Amino acid sequence: MTENGAVLRIEDLHVAVDGKQIVNGLSLAVPAGEVHAIMGPNGSGKSTLANALMGHPRYQVSAGHIYLKGEEISALSPDERARKGLFLAMQYPTSIPGVTMVNFLRAALKAVRGQDIPVREFRQRLQEALALLKMDESFARRYLNEGFSGGEKKRAEVLQMTLLRPSMAVMDETDSGLDIDALRTVAEGINALRGPEMGILLITHYQRILNYVTPDRVHVLYKGRIVRSGGKELASELEAKGYDWITSSLDSEESEDA
Amino acid sequence: MTTTRNARDIVSGYKYGWHDPEFKPINEVRKGLDRDVVAQISALKNEPQWMRDFRLRALEIFESKPMPTGFWGGNIGNYPLDFQDIYYYVKPVEKQGRTWEEVPQEIKRTFDRLGIPEAERKFLAGVGAQYDSEVVYHKIREDLDKLGVVFVDMDTGLREHEDIVRQHFGSIVPPADNKFAALNSAVWSGGSFVYVPEGVHVDIPLQAYFRINTENMGQFERTLIIAEPGSYVHYVEGCTAPTYSSDSLHSAVVEIIVKRGARVRYTTIQNWSTNVYNLVTKRAAAYQDAVMEWVDGNLGSKLTMKYPSVFLMEPGAHGEILSLAFAGPGQHQDAGGKVVHVAPNTTSTIVSKSISKGGGRTSYRGLLKVYEGAKNAKSTVRCDALLLDPDSRSDTYPVMEIDEEQVTVGHEATVSKVGEEQLFYLQSRGIDETEATKMIVNGFVEPIVKELPMEYAIELNRLIELQMEGSVG
Repeated sequence: MTENGAVLRIEDLHVAVDGKQIVNGLSLAVPAGEVHAIMGPNGSGKSTLANALMGHPRYQVSAGHIYLKGEEISALSPDERARKGLFLAMQYPTSIPGVTMVNFLRAALKAVRGQDIPVREFRQRLQEALALLKMDESFARRYLNEGFSGGEKKRAEVLQMTLLRPSMAVMDETDSGLDIDALRTVAEGINALRGPEMGILLITHYQRILNYVTPDRVHVLYKGRIVRSGGKELASELEAKGYDWITSSLDSEESEDA
Repeated sequence: MTTTRNARDIVSGYKYGWHDPEFKPINEVRKGLDRDVVAQISALKNEPQWMRDFRLRALEIFESKPMPTGFWGGNIGNYPLDFQDIYYYVKPVEKQGRTWEEVPQEIKRTFDRLGIPEAERKFLAGVGAQYDSEVVYHKIREDLDKLGVVFVDMDTGLREHEDIVRQHFGSIVPPADNKFAALNSAVWSGGSFVYVPEGVHVDIPLQAYFRINTENMGQFERTLIIAEPGSYVHYVEGCTAPTYSSDSLHSAVVEIIVKRGARVRYTTIQNWSTNVYNLVTKRAAAYQDAVMEWVDGNLGSKLTMKYPSVFLMEPGAHGEILSLAFAGPGQHQDAGGKVVHVAPNTTSTIVSKSISKGGGRTSYRGLLKVYEGAKNAKSTVRCDALLLDPDSRSDTYPVMEIDEEQVTVGHEATVSKVGEEQLFYLQSRGIDETEATKMIVNGFVEPIVKELPMEYAIELNRLIELQMEGSVG
């Protein structure tokens, strides 16, 4: 595969949070059109990876590279990354009182497109996206994430993704805290977005969302590194055997090294 | 050049800081304050003896009262405010205009630049424009005039409606209320007299605009609004001043009487330049089933001390205070509200939102008082402060005096910083940091801005935006 074929390429990435090294030499490439899942136990560095990719100021990239469509982005601000086509569906979306969803979505769309979107077109696309995610139209008039239930927040993230049409979406535990119906709806939303141009990195603790969104590749993250990669069957294997299956052997290797 | 701009304005982003150097007052009383000055003001206005006596008595009260250093106030004593270095009366015109053409060119130009005649044509029922000590233009829509609505400057009100004025003037805010109420009572000039007859609804706002032009000027307008039973009026005031290196003083008194079943809304968009002390006493009395609403926006001034009050005098009365304050570098907005429940079954709400930036300081000062016997009084107070940087400051001083057991009272206060997480969230959607901060601030003030008529909401958002852009921390 060529360099240009990867929407997202991560090379030997090291990330520290508050001086503590969390991601330790992670490399990964997501080609256009593919969905990759990253699975890992708690504390393996999943959310750190997600936040570092988007450029959260508290997550310091101490070494390595992040390429988006071939361009190094690790020195860019989050908004610059977003305008270049990166999207992060957050695990814990924050609320912004007084800012309505509809105003926020228009501002975001304007920012990533670099120009205003005609009202009629915007309204139509918003209605389609709301329908896709089985969200009531009144949703658009509510304040951004304010008083949203856990499930509503996750849907709202996928709604934004649907409207902004990023070339690379990183989804940080979008499945956590969802009941089975909400999970199915969110998965349908993701599937509707999949396409030959777009890469998706699905970060998850559990295998169950992968029953609905079939990944092209599955990677296991442990102690800030990819320790195993495979096809979709790897997820089922993990589900059956648990993370210990991989991590215990790694931990014993580590102690032998020491 | 007929007007001048000031380097400080260019740095701070204040758009109203020019002054008009061509302006020559018709008459001014010498600088400083004493019996002679007060007597001269009264004489120039040809006032009845009782008003002259009222002023002189108020002066004595002013002189006998120490500067407010106690709870009510932003420690004005710490500021170098010199009462003898101020002009108390500057008369801009011989005769008030009934049309803008009658207003002297250079003064009209000022109001043109402030957009007042245009606003009048578009969406106002009446306009009063005060320039230094006197109202230079006043007009009310003819149909309202025919319904008996009175909207004139206070001096005209005194001349043409002396009995009503004499009955109510100083009845809600007596001169002895506080030092600055006493000062205003001694040297007041201009302001509005509004009378709305029983059952009359003034469906679009009346606006008064206050402009200071002269350096070291004190502006002391006095406003009295009387809403007869079942009537409605929305009064809006705006104010700006030139930016001078020396200080000016604005000290107004506003008294409002809201009779049975009437409703008065009083909206202020205060945008004085940052060399103006803004020390104002505003109070309303609401009677049976009446509604009084203060919407108080403070963006300008060096120091503002203002706590609009509502006295709920009879059952069913409702008071509402929405206070919005924005303090930038060198500014202290000491604002809030007071509600006094005198009668049973009265309700009130206070919502305060303050923003501090670049070392600016905001304080919320609030009083909730419930008299014994005011059974079933209900009140909620909510104050939220937003700090835009670590140099800025916000304090909350709520006081509650509840002398009745059967009441429902809620109080909630929050202080928040523009959070890293909120900025990151918006930025992760492509919105740059400046725009994201603006969105967060606009969202924060939204509960107050949405209460304003559209034109004022737009104006207020624009002023907040200017203040956000001005002066980097």
